Amino acid sequence: MTSTIPVSNPAPESPAIQAQGVVKHYGALHAVDGIDLTVQRGEIFGLIGHNGAGKSTLFKMMLGLIAPSAGEILVDGAKVGGRDFRSARRHIGYLPENVVLYDNLTGLETLRFFARLKGAPASQCAPTLARVGLADAATRPLREYSKGMRQRLGFAQALLGAPRVLFLDEPSNGLDPQAIRDFYATLRGLRDEGVTILITSHILAELQERVDRLAIMASGKIQALGSVQALRDQMQLPLSLALRLAPADAALARQALGALNGVHCVVTEQGLRVSCPREAKMAVLGALNPLGAGLLDLNIHEPSLEDVFFGLTD
Amino acid sequence: MELTQILTLAAKEFRDRVRNRWVLAVALVFTVFSLVIAYFGGASQGQLGLRSIEFTITSLVSLVIYLIPLIALLLGFDAVVGERERGSLDLLLSLPITRLELLLGKYLGLAAALTLSTLAGFGLVALLLFKQFSWAGLYHYGGFMVSSVLLGLAFLSLAVLMSVIARERTRASGLAIALWFFFVLVFDLLLLGGLVATGGSYGGEAFAYMLLLNPADVFRILNVFSLEDVRTLYGLASIVPPALAKPWLMGSVMLAWIVVPLALARWRFKS
Repeated sequence: MTSTIPVSNPAPESPAIQAQGVVKHYGALHAVDGIDLTVQRGEIFGLIGHNGAGKSTLFKMMLGLIAPSAGEILVDGAKVGGRDFRSARRHIGYLPENVVLYDNLTGLETLRFFARLKGAPASQCAPTLARVGLADAATRPLREYSKGMRQRLGFAQALLGAPRVLFLDEPSNGLDPQAIRDFYATLRGLRDEGVTILITSHILAELQERVDRLAIMASGKIQALGSVQALRDQMQLPLSLALRLAPADAALARQALGALNGVHCVVTEQGLRVSCPREAKMAVLGALNPLGAGLLDLNIHEPSLEDVFFGLTD
Repeated sequence: MELTQILTLAAKEFRDRVRNRWVLAVALVFTVFSLVIAYFGGASQGQLGLRSIEFTITSLVSLVIYLIPLIALLLGFDAVVGERERGSLDLLLSLPITRLELLLGKYLGLAAALTLSTLAGFGLVALLLFKQFSWAGLYHYGGFMVSSVLLGLAFLSLAVLMSVIARERTRASGLAIALWFFFVLVFDLLLLGGLVATGGSYGGEAFAYMLLLNPADVFRILNVFSLEDVRTLYGLASIVPPALAKPWLMGSVMLAWIVVPLALARWRFKS
């Protein structure tokens, strides 16, 4: 088999992203302050942090848009800013936050423009538009697109050229709930094809069910790293239980639960609010057992990623 | 450097300007102005119609020297800062494309649009001149058209530099307008003031070389000194040394005015 298209050395066994000792200073401001991070191939990786936490700066350094003050980053096996990086860029997709594309071009023209710059075949454009649900709008100029359609077109642009690594900055901006579901379904499909996806979002509840691992950034550092479950365990955030009880039973339950280690109860209008360490969950449920039908309802509230996040960065 | 990337960007810029009728509008402005000036330029002397090639060119030069720098600056000030404000600059730079390719692509596309509208705009008068005077004077008029294009390209290059330096669109437009004021209105006055203030004792020759620091003056020298008849008409003849009255030299200075701002723009171009 002969091929005239030069193929960069993908080295598929290498991690999708390796960052070592990455620092970015702006004068006295440490925007990114010593980051070590490895993202495996075929991972959906979330990056979370307040504005100014350093997420975008880190993204931009990984994309070679700004040079780190210190440290080294490899993306898709190529050193960012190095000699091979130009060809590596053909297989990197990027959706910047709040990007505004060209109003005078149609959806298809927009994709053709980016495809040409990326060295992707023009024949890819129409199917890619269809993939993000814009087939019907292909020949309409962008000035007629809604916010959600623009965002989907931006995503389509990132998908050109069979990317191996995708950088998506706040990708669900402007999407309605159904479109968000479709979007994440597409991401899962891409991950199953081996694409690595890095994603930032302010909507934490949206991310936490959908990423394999995530990093929480604050003040230019990664404060926590791991799967959602691992972070919850690591944080040892208490579970919270809402019990609906008759007042008489509430006193009873309070007495029973009070005997357990680390369990706190607060009487509410409906019954009791109980906070307990994760490992005491079964003991709490056991202690409630004697109440029988007196326990009218029970809600267990797992700490959300948001709780983890604010536990760390506040 | 990859030509495909440059041409893709240039093609987009050019097509944008054709599509939004920028090229057509500017060509029409040039056509109307050049026709009016060619026909009515001598009205104050009680004459109508084309008088001579020299006279037509001299009248057009004084129009073009105001108009083309303004148009070129307005065309180019947005080139980079516009993408920056839109958020698409990071996207473009994340593609397999270098900053130099991006700048050259943008510049060449805009330059093509400006060149096309300049040539088309002044072409009609060229046709009329040809009908009346045949080939004889067309050579000079051709020189005028080429130098007009070069003048536009020099100011376009300055505009792209402003577009790289400024962080906001409004700032870039302010800088562009300031450049226009400086080069088109203020520069010659300052030079003249300096000449008078020093009583000419500082050697008029040095002042003449300072004219090279202004692309608009280079344009004027290029045109006025290619025309023997008008040399004396302009007081310039007295201060411009013959060494400068060489079209190839002035052409090279103009090329430098195109290349140097672009090179500076590349140097200043950070994310």
